[in-house]
Amino acid sequence: MPHTRRTFEIEQQLLVEAIYRRYHYDFRGYAQASLRRRLQTALARFNCETLSQLQHLVLHDAAVFPALLQYLTVQVSDMFRDPEYFLALREKVVPILRTYPSLKIWIAGCSGGEEVWSMAILLREEGLLERSLIYATDINASALQKAEAGVYDIERVPGFTDNYTRAGGAGSLSEHYSAAYGRVVFDKSLRRHVVFSDHSLATDSVFAEMQLISCRNVLIYFERPLQDRAVGLFQESLCRRGFLGLGSKESLRFSAHAAQFDEFLPGERIYQKKAQA
Amino acid sequence: MTETAPRAIAIGGSAGSIEALNHLLPALHPGLAASVIVALHLPREQPSLLQSIFAPRCALAVFEAQDKEPLRAGAIYFAPPDYHLLVDAGPVLALSIDPPVHFSRPAIDVLFESAADAYGAQLTAVLLSGANSDGARGLLAVQRAGGTTIVQAPASAYATAMPQAALALLAPDHVLEPQAMAPVLNQLHSRRSL
Ligand SMILES: C[S@@+](CC[C@H](N)C(=O)[O-])C[C@H]1O[C@@H](n2cnc3c(N)ncnc32)[C@H](O)[C@@H]1O
Repeated sequence: MPHTRRTFEIEQQLLVEAIYRRYHYDFRGYAQASLRRRLQTALARFNCETLSQLQHLVLHDAAVFPALLQYLTVQVSDMFRDPEYFLALREKVVPILRTYPSLKIWIAGCSGGEEVWSMAILLREEGLLERSLIYATDINASALQKAEAGVYDIERVPGFTDNYTRAGGAGSLSEHYSAAYGRVVFDKSLRRHVVFSDHSLATDSVFAEMQLISCRNVLIYFERPLQDRAVGLFQESLCRRGFLGLGSKESLRFSAHAAQFDEFLPGERIYQKKAQA
Repeated sequence: MTETAPRAIAIGGSAGSIEALNHLLPALHPGLAASVIVALHLPREQPSLLQSIFAPRCALAVFEAQDKEPLRAGAIYFAPPDYHLLVDAGPVLALSIDPPVHFSRPAIDVLFESAADAYGAQLTAVLLSGANSDGARGLLAVQRAGGTTIVQAPASAYATAMPQAALALLAPDHVLEPQAMAPVLNQLHSRRSL
């Protein structure tokens, strides 16, 4: 391995360790290659030649870390992303959720909230929102703020609407937002059923018993042991026969907890916790 | 050590590259001592047909890449549409939905640069036809890590921009027509040469 590569790797480990000790954000178990790419991009943004220089900034200037966090966490999301997933929830999972008197749903790694509003709209259309509480969590404070505001650029609406329709949307997406000044804002009435909070799958523990957990496109950023930790939390948090939905290219295939779940809808990456697990 | 060091062939392509792959992949030797990892620019919205197109025609096993999947020698892995494909330590495959690079996800630079880190001199990277400049920087990273670089001869490419962008940035080890690629790869990565 060339010298510079090896040095970068050492510096990356040290930086991540420094961040953990100073700010208690734990990136130690994250997939290395994509983290490395994002750190390389961050170097240019912070005018640093090396990660050691960046580490100096991070340790000595508390204003730098929130900015660096935007590079460490990937904020890519969409409403009704992978519409088939939401269609499957609507058609196959909702009929079972209906049998519960009240519902707790956890969207882990909710980013800018697109997935949260998608879920809330789906539940409202299925007549379940009134008895539901959605916990939307992430480690990125500015993403959480954005999620809570529920405000998106109007240019994104055609894409949202297209996904909504393909996800089996029962009416018109425009019933759930109002538009002004080039933006749309999702209804306050949806927001009453959502609690936003800071929660890390790497360091925090379980906080309530859930009937459905959706954690999509988050586990791909973790190495296996951290994936196992996160799935372990989901396993602990789910009620018997509760549902776990993953991203379209994620699975429990390599997970230490795979045996505790049934493949409810393998194609849509929807799992169900076993009754005796 | 060197006998067991994992080896890989990373292939990137865009417009016109499926035709090149038609010459290349079916001609790879069944005993190839390397994993073959392919990132092509494809439409995001539809599921990829690559696996079903190539599986019946290749001697090697053909898969769509899965996250954290350990890489096996003698297997071909395609990047799924709308995800970046990277190689991580292990070596294992890793997916990400980081923003597109060169308007593309998967991006060839992302695959090549991560594979260069993971495999160093044990990597051969092949850049095929395409109409943008993705892959050039990645190929340079492969060269700097000591790997072997191959660029499709522009005259044989349906879209020349991608091979040309690479040729403007580096002098690759080989500039080849698609028909000539498999023999070189078979030789570079045959079990006998170990
Ligand atoms: C690519 S986004 C996924 C957004 C959404 N779930 C989707 O699929 O569209 C990944 C999110 O995971 C969050 N994240 C990263 N590490 C986390 C951790 N340890 N605990 C909770 N969330 C995390 C990031 O901040 C980011 O918002």
